[in-house]
Amino acid sequence: MKAVSRLVRNPLGLVGLVLVSFWVIVAVIAPVIAPPQNPRDPYAIARIGFSSIPKPPSEQAVFGTTSGGYDIFYGIVWGSRTAFLVGLVVVSCTGLIGVVLGGLGAFKGGWADEVVMRITDLFMSFPFLIAVIVMSIVLGKGLDKIILALIVFGWRRYARVMRSEVLSVKERDYVSAAESLGAGRLRIFFRHVLPNSVFPVFVLATIDIGMMVRIAAALSFLGVGAEPGYADWGQMISFSRQWLMGIVGSPFHYWYTYTYPAIAILTFVLGWTLLGDALRDVLDPKMRTLTK
Amino acid sequence: MVRYAIKRLLLIPVLLLVLSALIFSLVMFLSPYERLSVFIPNPDAAVAGVPFDELIERYGLDEPFYVQYYDWLRGVFHGNLGWSASARMPVSQALSRYFPATLELMLLSALLTFAGGIFLGTYAATHHDGLADQLARVGTSVGVSFPEFAFGLAALVIFYAWLGWFPPGRLSPWAKEVVHISEFNRYTGMNTLDAVLNGRLDILADSVRHLFLPALTYSIGLLSAVLRLMRSSLLETLGKDYVTTARAKGLRERVVIHKHARRNALLPVITLAGSIVARMLGGAVVVEVVFNYPGMGRFIVVAAQGLDFAAILGTSLLIGVFIIVVNLGIDFLYTILDPTVTLG
Repeated sequence: MKAVSRLVRNPLGLVGLVLVSFWVIVAVIAPVIAPPQNPRDPYAIARIGFSSIPKPPSEQAVFGTTSGGYDIFYGIVWGSRTAFLVGLVVVSCTGLIGVVLGGLGAFKGGWADEVVMRITDLFMSFPFLIAVIVMSIVLGKGLDKIILALIVFGWRRYARVMRSEVLSVKERDYVSAAESLGAGRLRIFFRHVLPNSVFPVFVLATIDIGMMVRIAAALSFLGVGAEPGYADWGQMISFSRQWLMGIVGSPFHYWYTYTYPAIAILTFVLGWTLLGDALRDVLDPKMRTLTK
Repeated sequence: MVRYAIKRLLLIPVLLLVLSALIFSLVMFLSPYERLSVFIPNPDAAVAGVPFDELIERYGLDEPFYVQYYDWLRGVFHGNLGWSASARMPVSQALSRYFPATLELMLLSALLTFAGGIFLGTYAATHHDGLADQLARVGTSVGVSFPEFAFGLAALVIFYAWLGWFPPGRLSPWAKEVVHISEFNRYTGMNTLDAVLNGRLDILADSVRHLFLPALTYSIGLLSAVLRLMRSSLLETLGKDYVTTARAKGLRERVVIHKHARRNALLPVITLAGSIVARMLGGAVVVEVVFNYPGMGRFIVVAAQGLDFAAILGTSLLIGVFIIVVNLGIDFLYTILDPTVTLG
């Protein structure tokens, strides 16, 4: 409880909490504020007409429509569910792989640690974004492929963080105490080492939820992500690119086609970043004394 | 130190071998037909007349993984990275054209990122909790969260469509003509450097004008990351005993911060530098696509979309070498900055 109140007292952390809560609420009540046209396929953006030219905000579509009559408001609302899906699935899978691989490797030491770290080095020696692009191209178009590619290349940082934590925790007195009491190796790892070394992973994971959504959006933008018409913020920006330059004499003529999705992504990612920073301040006593 | 360097240098080929084998195995997920169809200009119309099976046989596309990988590797050792179908030229030629363009962009944004991040981070930390510090905290949070492509598109709308200050591409048409005449020597392939070496300041100005927006877009997130790290690292260092000692000796605050504190606070930033270079290469992909900048990042996206695997493999290899060399350089920089670190 103390941690929560400290989190809320940090103004930037509070902003982060508000932003994330806002998107949680939007995602939860999506069917109420934007009822799907086809209940069996709610992620297909609702269409209001089939005009090939974007229409400015009106009563029918509060944020306007893109070319093809896609309702921007609908895309933003249901896109929040896509964002949470990508962020939560990718981060929980990569976090788990990283914690188990990095943690057990460091706990066991010797060759196990060496093998895990060399694999991590290998993955680290290549740009994450390019690796994901190549892999999702090979797998084919679609959001599920992107999620898989992000998981395959995303766990390396967690393994590193977990390893350095476990290396220091396993030398503590309470671990030796448990050893002298005859506790099994696995029991020591899961009962004593893991709970005491996993917090930095939580901080990283919180920030990463936003970052993974950011990267998924970039992939959609590059044309390897979701199909046009799918409720995904990156795809919406990519789709609006052709209207970017406006018309002669009015460069911001189609501002609504890209502004709303961009704001959605920015606030979502920013929320998680601020929350993660605040969490680090709360959990890391060394930083706490500094920011007092 | 020398032994360490030799050990690291010997490891490079091993790493590259594993890396290329990994990417190559990704390619093998596709059927021989899919990989062959990349080289056929118009598969739909030509399907009837193309002897697919014969071609697959001839180029060994249905051989097992290790045979095909060995063939590719043998080509690499002979300087032959294959033919890029998407660029319509040999991969090595495409890379020698696109790599300098990306390197130029990276150098400019590395300058912005590190000089800006270290300077502003120092300022924020030494004015802790002041207005500048608060601004830095908010600004960097937004900076690291802002998607590069959204920032780039916003920059395009404002500075290109609206104000018309900065054009996309690499050079203006008139400058392109100058660069391709025979009196202009292309020493490095980097427009800015070549312009200086040829003494053409007008070309330098033009290429910087083209580089500025992409470099800025590129740097905004990384600069924020460096600034945050520099700030927190310097704040931590300023609380150390030796800083108090330095102050107690009566040293001027400037000397305390620049000679005693900042030097030590820089170490985490240097550690981060390696991963920043890797992130820059990833960021190059997005930025070059947004600004239609003909570099390696756009090349690999176009290649990936066209399933042009010779190009992807060649580019990946070059990127791998580049990152390994940069990391090696960073390790040595470390020993210079921190005498307590010995390599070996």
